[in-house]
Amino acid sequence: MHETDMTKALIITVKDWYRSQIPQPKINKIHLIVGQFTCVEPLSLKFAFEVQTRNTFLEGVELAIQDIPLIAFCHTCQQEYKPNIGLQYSCPDCKSPMDDIRSGRELKIDRIEYSTLEEQVVKQT
Amino acid sequence: MHQTFDAALEINLLHANQTGADHNRKHFDRWGITCLNIMSSPGAGKTVLLEQTLKVLKDKFKIAVIEGDMTTELDADRLRKYDVPVIPINTGRSCHLDSKMVAGGIHTLEHQYNPHDFDLVLVENVGNLVCPAEFEVGEHAKVALLSVTEGEDKPLKYPVMFQEADCLLITKTDLAPYLDIDLDCIADNVRQMNPNITIIYLSAKTGAGLSQWFDWIEKILQQNPVKHLSTQV
Ligand SMILES: Nc1nc2c(ncn2[C@@H]2O[C@H](COP(=O)(O)OP(=O)(O)OP(=O)(O)O)[C@@H](O)[C@H]2O)c(=O)[nH]1
Ligand SMILES: [Mg+2]
Ligand SMILES: [Zn+2]
Repeated sequence: MHETDMTKALIITVKDWYRSQIPQPKINKIHLIVGQFTCVEPLSLKFAFEVQTRNTFLEGVELAIQDIPLIAFCHTCQQEYKPNIGLQYSCPDCKSPMDDIRSGRELKIDRIEYSTLEEQVVKQT
Repeated sequence: MHQTFDAALEINLLHANQTGADHNRKHFDRWGITCLNIMSSPGAGKTVLLEQTLKVLKDKFKIAVIEGDMTTELDADRLRKYDVPVIPINTGRSCHLDSKMVAGGIHTLEHQYNPHDFDLVLVENVGNLVCPAEFEVGEHAKVALLSVTEGEDKPLKYPVMFQEADCLLITKTDLAPYLDIDLDCIADNVRQMNPNITIIYLSAKTGAGLSQWFDWIEKILQQNPVKHLSTQV
């Protein structure tokens, strides 16, 4: 499914970053931001990531996914509201259509937690 | 002491696909081509719609089709009868086209034909209501199909495609009398999240609504200023 492709994109992006680092660090955790108004299901993404990173430099790396709710702005009522995904998207007060999405479309790598090799050496000794 | 570092990336996961899509669009623009991305769940009627469209518009405009059939060339073969270039993309097990796959199709168009001759490229995406909406391929407009047999609630349950579409074709309307379906309700559900969308009721079987669809295509071709620009340069 599409989570496989999203995971591929994720791995490629992280690999690019990894290769640009000197010395190459040890990646501990990747933080993602995933909006609720996207096609990505966080649990499927985690699963796909675990499967696709087996036996790679990313094996065992934790994927932390921050869920961002769908928030729209109603210009008639001049207020934000939270559409009820799957049921109703128009403004609950005045029924104006959803035409201004303020959040929920995000699909991005926020940050990467890593430690450098020297530190691992320090830790080991 | 164990110290970790943070690298702020803030990179969009679809960044690479988006860059590829923009690149494809630049190619289309340079050649004066308008590209439509046609999406729906499996079997909503994309290929039949393309057949009807080619039949009527192929003498008026120079058209090519990029066909994203999952694994077979069945759909492509149906369309070749109309004597237009049909470029099949084998998407393998992917459930949507992405900009890289379509770039392959564009490459074929460029090398086997004269791309400057074309006005319109119709891309039939893989039948899937969920994923294609997230992957732009370089289109100038998105067309979504929803057949009356799928139910009024589909736009609410799978909103992203309907929210992004420029035109919605509610297809197989000839079947509506046999079903318990409220056509206006489909339209209302879509307008809840996409008030400016063009909605056309269509039956490829009776031909109802086809002329409105052709009018919409012509309007898009006129609106897209690329032809105009490229003749100025
Ligand atoms: N009654 C009726 N049947 C239709 C209509 N449009 C399409 N069909 C039928 O629906 C079935 C699927 O049509 P296709 O055009 O192959 O659908 P598609 O969206 O291209 O399917 P995939 O490419 O497999 O996703 C075929 O059996 C068509 O004959 C219509 O307007 N009315
Ligand atoms: Mg088809
Ligand atoms: Zn309101």
